[in-house]
Amino acid sequence: MTQTRNVGAELPSQQFENVVIRFAGDSGDGMQITGSQFTHTAALLGNDLATFPDFPAEIRAPAGTQPGVSGFQVRFSSSDIHTPGDRPDVLVAMNPAALIVNIKDLAPGGIVIVNTGQFAERDVAKAGLKSNPMTDGTLTGYRKIEIDINDRVKRALEGSPLSPKDVQRCKNFYTLGLMYWLYSRPLEPTIAWLKDKFGKKPELADANIKALTAGFNAGDIQELFQARYEVAPCTTMLPGTYRNITGNEAVAIGLVAGAELANLKVFIGSYPITPATSILEQLASYKHYGVVSFQAEDEIAAICSAIGGSYSGYLGVTTTSGPGMALKTEAMGLAVSLELPLVIVDVQRGGPSTGLPTKTEQADLLQAIFGRNSEAPIPVIAASTPSDAFDCAVEACRIAVQYMTPVILLSDGYIANGAEPWRLPDVDKLPRFPAKFTTVAPEGGFLPYARDEKRARPWVTPGTPGLEHRIGGLEKANLTGHISYDPENHEFMVRMRAAKVAGIRDSIPTPSVVGDKQGDLLIVGWGSTYGSIASAVEIARGKGQRVSRLHLRHVWPLPAGLDEIFASYKAILIPEMNLGQLARVLRSEYQRHEFISYSKVQGLPFKTFELNDKIDALLAR
Amino acid sequence: MAETQALTKKDLKSDQDVRWCPGCGDYSILNSAQGVLAGLGIPRHQMVFVSGIGCSSRFPYYMNTYGMHSIHGRAPAFATGIKLANPELTVWLVTGDGDGLSIGGNHMAHILRRNVDVKILLFNNEIYGLTKGQYSPTSRTGLKTKTSPMGSVDRPFNPVSFALGCGATFVARTIDTHLKHMEATLAAAAAHKGSALVEIYQNCVIFNDGTFDAIADKTLRDDKTIDLEPGKPLVFGKGRDKGLKVEGFDVRMVPAESADVWRADTRSAGPAFVMSQLDSDPTMPRPIGVFRSVAAPIFNEGVRAQVSDAVARKGAGKLRDLFYTGDMWDVR
Repeated sequence: MTQTRNVGAELPSQQFENVVIRFAGDSGDGMQITGSQFTHTAALLGNDLATFPDFPAEIRAPAGTQPGVSGFQVRFSSSDIHTPGDRPDVLVAMNPAALIVNIKDLAPGGIVIVNTGQFAERDVAKAGLKSNPMTDGTLTGYRKIEIDINDRVKRALEGSPLSPKDVQRCKNFYTLGLMYWLYSRPLEPTIAWLKDKFGKKPELADANIKALTAGFNAGDIQELFQARYEVAPCTTMLPGTYRNITGNEAVAIGLVAGAELANLKVFIGSYPITPATSILEQLASYKHYGVVSFQAEDEIAAICSAIGGSYSGYLGVTTTSGPGMALKTEAMGLAVSLELPLVIVDVQRGGPSTGLPTKTEQADLLQAIFGRNSEAPIPVIAASTPSDAFDCAVEACRIAVQYMTPVILLSDGYIANGAEPWRLPDVDKLPRFPAKFTTVAPEGGFLPYARDEKRARPWVTPGTPGLEHRIGGLEKANLTGHISYDPENHEFMVRMRAAKVAGIRDSIPTPSVVGDKQGDLLIVGWGSTYGSIASAVEIARGKGQRVSRLHLRHVWPLPAGLDEIFASYKAILIPEMNLGQLARVLRSEYQRHEFISYSKVQGLPFKTFELNDKIDALLAR
Repeated sequence: MAETQALTKKDLKSDQDVRWCPGCGDYSILNSAQGVLAGLGIPRHQMVFVSGIGCSSRFPYYMNTYGMHSIHGRAPAFATGIKLANPELTVWLVTGDGDGLSIGGNHMAHILRRNVDVKILLFNNEIYGLTKGQYSPTSRTGLKTKTSPMGSVDRPFNPVSFALGCGATFVARTIDTHLKHMEATLAAAAAHKGSALVEIYQNCVIFNDGTFDAIADKTLRDDKTIDLEPGKPLVFGKGRDKGLKVEGFDVRMVPAESADVWRADTRSAGPAFVMSQLDSDPTMPRPIGVFRSVAAPIFNEGVRAQVSDAVARKGAGKLRDLFYTGDMWDVR
């Protein structure tokens, strides 16, 4: 039976502006798929949305244990939203471990849907709990809805050719079907996805579709709910064609686009590392875009091969996370010295060392700006949201090609795995910045370290007749590029490289302030704190507080005009998921201003209310 | 504008003064390489020399070709990127025992196993020269240096055995003072399709002078070395009267007439490996020449073929299709 019925039609329909659902279960329960399918359908219905997948570093921790809990939070809305929400309104808990790990986040009075089929004594014990959270008071203050999903799936799939174990693996689609019913969503997009996904295994597609439909049609459960809910399409989104995109997807697409806008192809040399790996995976599938992808033997070989690719005329790219950045450091210095284009993507994660591989952090900022031996300036830009990562990747390519320099693009785990609607750009309207290869010696002879008006040196690829020359990491004489130990030449070249990178400032806009041009408080952010800051400022301004915000895309060199902006506010607050790294940079660059640092280093993004509490406290001073 | 005239050795000399120590074995290697490369019929703008760090790694500066003097140990990774991005280039890599087998041992292993079409000259002087005399991964046990004042405790790497273990498709050895042999070996490496590693015994006159004298000295050479020439008998000695025979997992000295004919393309790298292990036996001649030369799929060709294949199957990707794909919706 795969037809939907109009069950629960007698229930009242309630309109909500936005809803936050968190799906939580064991790593093997398919919660990431459930969440992303719900997201996908919400996108097609025209909701604005934001997601926050939260999964363990372990591939499969022992079943039913707290370390094995995998969660996916999705917020969908009929108005413009910037974050996946502070607190879920609905928590779906597939087992006791998932319940206990997530219940503290549920909004007061929120709905918790519990799979009672997984709450036997042994399940409670596996979760490391002494008492059953269903009965020990843990759920006091929440609306508890008990469903034996294990049993319902078993009954829905009676007669299925699947083994009992495989039948149980359809639980997540049963749950999804139920949530689709509750939020008045259509099943068709997910059915189409299942048919495509299991094209070669129709029995699996069939079973999951049956489970999905059974969840939607489960009339007897639906009495447990007092209403069905609706979230209307978002009407404030800019007109255009949209698709849902994660930060890592946006980086991969942006790099291909950026290369093409420079009339180049991408050479990616990378080594798998969480949470950056999927960028390499995706670029490896773009071979028909001329992408040459090379999975190197380590992080060092990855960046070195990418520099080699740039030397040969590709746009060299390497993607990594903090520990990989540390390993690539020496080669970055060489790229500074060689003055070749290169894009280094650092998808930040919790550290130091291996740290929290699957959790987010912004603590590589100082490493990106300063973390090399000697004077080795590299421009740094930071993506603020999943879709912004596309624009930032294109911008990184532009700077790399126009200034013949390595560029660091910072993302983080929150952006990498989070998704939001991406308004698709018009290809013809994207600015082009074609790479200029020097193929003949200019009048007066070829000088490998001559410079153009941007202080960029000529790009000459091996294979160009008559322009043979050698480059390397030893200090080079100005213009000729020959090895030079001359003291004055060294200082000249150090200052030249610094001036070149500082000069990028001339090609970037002053960021706009959102809010009043002057006021009591300016919140300055960079990277993935964007959503929380934007939401908090909206709320603060709604309360009549004189709070504005400014978000930095270019974190090095900093854009012009900031000093004047900073002077217009009584206080400046900098929320960061580190111990105040941007604040430290701004304090040294703009010494006449005071910057108040607000740190959170928990591997988790700021919650909006945390920022509003901070704003309230500051304004009450 | 291709260069149509044949190159001479002089065409490949750059305008930079060569700055190795007087008497360094590197001079003769540079000279031989320039001679061999000039004869390949390849225009010099198509040649790229890549190096890491160390005395040997100054090499690219002295070649009037394209060149990159990179960072310590990583030259194989740069060379791989250069070759993948432009397979038309003739890419040579110059490294030493420290650069190639110590800090860069990992990359050396991987360029060899992948079979990237890059020719690798490994200058082995069994010492760190540029940092002024510390033991290297090929220094013999017991060698007294500034960092091993009581003698090195390390067991040395055998570069040929290492390369064979990595699955290298071409492995050879030559000696800096044996010019004729060196040129023939470099020419054989140049002709090989795939990665080719040539270990070159190279004398460091300052920090490890004479380390190869016992075999490389011109008066001893004929008796103390044996040239592995594919298809030729394994015969050596001033009177060409002695020979070698591979038996099981060992090599035996035999009269010249009983010597094996050397084959560098056996299914197993076993004979080459056994031959490489003769180093430890002072009563046996030191093998030089071509240990192994086999055909195998070339990495850069495989990578590029996938790109061409993807373009042929899917059509050259268009940006619009990259953006406008999957589930989309319109907001009006």
